[in-house]
Amino acid sequence: MTNLSAVKRKNQGFKEKIEAESGQSVTSCYQCGKCTGGCPLSFAMDYAPRQIVRMVQLNMKDRALNNSTIWLCATCSTCTARCPREVDLAAVMDTLRIEARHQGIKPKEKDVALFHDIFLNSVKKSGRVFEMGMTVAYNMKSGNLMQDAELGLPMFVKNKLNLTPDKIKGAKEVKKIFDKVKEIEKVEGGH
Amino acid sequence: MKYAYFPGCSLHSMAEEYNMATELVMEDLNVELREIPDWNCCGSTPAHTTSHLLPVALPARNLAIIEKEGLDVVAPCAACYNRFKAANKELNEDDDLKETVNEIIEMDYQANVEVLNLIEVFQNDDVMEILEEKVNVELKNIKPAVYYGCLLTRPPEVTEFDDAENPQSMDQIMEAIGAEPVEWTHKVECCGGSLVMARSEVVLKLSRDILKAAKQAGANCIVTACPLCHANLDMRQEQINKKFGDDFNMPIFYFTQLIGAALGHSKKNLGLKRHFIGSEGLLGSLVG
Repeated sequence: MTNLSAVKRKNQGFKEKIEAESGQSVTSCYQCGKCTGGCPLSFAMDYAPRQIVRMVQLNMKDRALNNSTIWLCATCSTCTARCPREVDLAAVMDTLRIEARHQGIKPKEKDVALFHDIFLNSVKKSGRVFEMGMTVAYNMKSGNLMQDAELGLPMFVKNKLNLTPDKIKGAKEVKKIFDKVKEIEKVEGGH
Repeated sequence: MKYAYFPGCSLHSMAEEYNMATELVMEDLNVELREIPDWNCCGSTPAHTTSHLLPVALPARNLAIIEKEGLDVVAPCAACYNRFKAANKELNEDDDLKETVNEIIEMDYQANVEVLNLIEVFQNDDVMEILEEKVNVELKNIKPAVYYGCLLTRPPEVTEFDDAENPQSMDQIMEAIGAEPVEWTHKVECCGGSLVMARSEVVLKLSRDILKAAKQAGANCIVTACPLCHANLDMRQEQINKKFGDDFNMPIFYFTQLIGAALGHSKKNLGLKRHFIGSEGLLGSLVG
């Protein structure tokens, strides 16, 4: 059993932080479960989206930041569109993922986080995504070397694979955007 | 009519056929598209799940370039469209954020650019009139399940486009070119999107549900306006058949490809041969 009073004392301010950063009133949620009912990914998650909201309401920081749900959320925003309390739950999920990263918590769905990193690295490098380079890098780092190998040849034949990156003239400007954002968020995140 | 045009990364690579068909169709309809010089990636899902600032700053650089040219922008990719709209909304609601982002991009963006998806271009009477006038191939027995997915309509406060649960605008375009869109259940369901790399089995299930719903509704093809939906439904269809023992053979079209077919363009020029699931059987002699 979780001693909620102790959890609340230890993590005081967590709910307020998530509310401030997401711009959402998590407090408003009355736990109807409509978000979970419509969530296309809920079948694969360890906690239902509704439960994640409850964890935030109760300042259960550790559990709210360490679960598969926040990583499997595809941000399709079905929950957001249907919430009778007007909570943008997809925005809350974004905030929880970002907070988990700031806190250095190992993502429970490590490949999801890895894919996001590799995608952004590709943009940082050339200003646009280089699909083929990104896929190779992802397969190497995830250890799934042969993932989708059977798609490679038909993609090549159908001319769906660009073999060189689409590097823009302003690639340096884009890299600068990444660097500046990192600097600002480092200070604001306090880590 | 003249717009700035933001093709996005997919339309320059995997979804190049969407770009090809869009350019042909827009030219036919007297809509001038001017590709933004030196545009950068919108950041897509990876940016907004990783940072609060990056998903605003990356689109803002593009939008600032467009604002200088004094045009509104058309973004055919559902993801780019969504990120542009989201960035604009955040910037318009928060002056401090606007200041920070302008410092980051070292440009002055006032968030005045209007962002349209490609379907919205057809919500103009002149464009529809020209379209109806120029249709010269009857798309007989083409029964598309018109698939909108997530990013065109949600969150509704961001996109402010059509109805979030039962959108109609793309169906109406299909009717205008003589196709017969079916009523179906999965118009706005999620295909799993970018989770396909990390958790492909989850995406195969979601995409299978969509194919199944389309088939059950009597559709003989699916029409989309999103490169990621297209990739999941077309390129992964064989994996779905293998995994679940299905026998789907459902052509997936970008909606401008079918419009282009109705306007008399060839399979080759519309990039139909780039798809994994062939459409020769369905389109037969309709398209040259």
